[in-house]
Amino acid sequence: MYLKKLSLINFKNFEHVELEFSEKINCFTGLNGIGKTNLLDAIYYLSFCKSYFNQIDSQNIKHDTDFFVIQGEFVRQERLEMIYCGLKSGKKKIFKRNDKEYEKLSEHIGLIPAVIISPDDNTLIIGGSEERRKYIDSVISQFDADYLHRLIKYNRILMQRNKMLKDFSAQKTVFKETLDIYDEQLAAEGSVIFSKRLDFIDKLLPIFQKYYSLISKGQETVDLIFKSQLLEANFIEMLQAARNKDMMLEYTSVGIHKDDLSLELQNRAIKKIGSQGQQKTYLAALKFAQYEFLKSVSGLKPILLLDDIFDKFDSERVGQIIELTADADFGQIFITDTNENRIKNALSQISVKSNVYSIEKNTIELEQK
Amino acid sequence: MTNSPSKLLDNAVYEFSKLPGIGKRTALRLVLHLLRKSEEEVNVFGQSMIDLRKNIKRCKICNNISDTDTCNICSSPSRDTTTVCVVENIKEVIAVENTAQFHGLYHVLGGLISPMDGIGPSDLDFDGLLHRIRAGGVREIILALSATPEGDTTNFYIYRKLGNLPVEITTLARGVAVGDELEYADEVTLGRSIMNRIKFEAT
Ligand SMILES: Nc1ncnc2c1ncn2[C@@H]1O[C@H](COP(=O)(O)OP(=O)(O)OP(=O)(O)O)[C@@H](O)[C@H]1O
Ligand SMILES: [Mg+2]
Ligand SMILES: [Zn+2]
Repeated sequence: MYLKKLSLINFKNFEHVELEFSEKINCFTGLNGIGKTNLLDAIYYLSFCKSYFNQIDSQNIKHDTDFFVIQGEFVRQERLEMIYCGLKSGKKKIFKRNDKEYEKLSEHIGLIPAVIISPDDNTLIIGGSEERRKYIDSVISQFDADYLHRLIKYNRILMQRNKMLKDFSAQKTVFKETLDIYDEQLAAEGSVIFSKRLDFIDKLLPIFQKYYSLISKGQETVDLIFKSQLLEANFIEMLQAARNKDMMLEYTSVGIHKDDLSLELQNRAIKKIGSQGQQKTYLAALKFAQYEFLKSVSGLKPILLLDDIFDKFDSERVGQIIELTADADFGQIFITDTNENRIKNALSQISVKSNVYSIEKNTIELEQK
Repeated sequence: MTNSPSKLLDNAVYEFSKLPGIGKRTALRLVLHLLRKSEEEVNVFGQSMIDLRKNIKRCKICNNISDTDTCNICSSPSRDTTTVCVVENIKEVIAVENTAQFHGLYHVLGGLISPMDGIGPSDLDFDGLLHRIRAGGVREIILALSATPEGDTTNFYIYRKLGNLPVEITTLARGVAVGDELEYADEVTLGRSIMNRIKFEAT
């Protein structure tokens, strides 16, 4: 699967752009702030119905205009797929596949699988557990629509339960009866979500370890350890045991909304001991593993978006990554770099078709190899 | 609206614009339209709103809206009184009636259990439902609430309340996808799922 054409109107700093891409490697080069990352984000939009960088849709409209349009022409399983995303300020986001509007955005998720590696990913390491749950959820949701439905339902019930704990009088019997029902609903969805997460991490781990050692060529060991209260006890029993505590706290203290993933290097938290380059390698390996995993479940090669990936990597690791992704195991790739020479150098080491787009204020120049 | 010629006009426009789906411009258009009518015509219009609000009743059996103490469905001799379809609101009564596939009675709860909207079980008419069943003669309760998390919560709540009563509890066969609300389901699908209802299982 690959993106053949991209057209943007009023998206972030671009007024109007039309680009045609190589099936394999595409690089965007140019100065800081010229819009390289914005181009990746536009592609990300077409896959995930939202920006990777700015969750507030309206802020992606070019300043002083009142709408944006992103259109992509994909070749997927030998068929052309026209994906349209339009947003008018103050209106609901419109998403279309071949001119037919989706009723729900969630129907689109998974059609165009994509994986992005960006400097922002380090929130996975330095951020709270919520970031890591969000990561796990977004990957599983890309291939398992049932998971996404259950998660939406779980979160909704959780909000209702917490509101009940906060606002409703614990004296009334209806309060206890309703909590009993919320407990059962949470347990029904939560148990399935838990086992799907467990299963996913189990499958991801060996692939992750493979990529880490490929990029680092090293002896360092890495590990992903899934943490969940549900590993220790039955969910419904835990909810019942925590009932009195929850009533005091006025929120739900047990459940899959407390799950976490511990990221380890040499049996210690990477957050504490990893160097910047090691952290970056760790994240890249995680994303490559995610890529391989998505590929195996969807049967499609996802689009790979590499934002500033070569920053902080030594030339050896840059070479490793280019060689790795140029391989037939990977499909279409988009890379950004401020350093045109570095990227052209790395590309000269391999023999695949590649396009380099040098972006300037009012022009985008294409060089093909 | 700032340099409007009339406070009276502004008031009327403001009242219209509070209605769902009506913006400021539409409100103005409607008010100007009314102004072109004779005073008598507008009186009839206004009076009908006042009468509606003042005289409309809730059916004392099922909570459906009615002009009389008992609604025309509950008082119709041709309806099957052994089957009661539990719905969230009056819109759903209308949606199910439009399918012309259901001949039993209704029970309008008045909403779904949703603390986020400030609605707890005591805000809904479960007692009336229990009362109707205890009074005898009801063989089947059809749960026709939205397939949303709140609809599920409310279904379970009713299921538990009715647990020991000698009544069969069924639910709609879902041709209607999860998350779809009953009022948006098309008539054919809704009619079919009313006909092909299934035993409610608390899982
Ligand atoms: N809604 C918007 N309207 C206009 N310009 C915007 C909008 N959103 C972002 N920008 C501009 O886009 C530019 C950032 O673009 P982008 O992040 O793609 O740069 P880059 O080429 O990736 O730079 P770097 O090399 O620093 O990563 C900023 O100058 C920002 O002002
Ligand atoms: Mg950038
Ligand atoms: Zn009635």
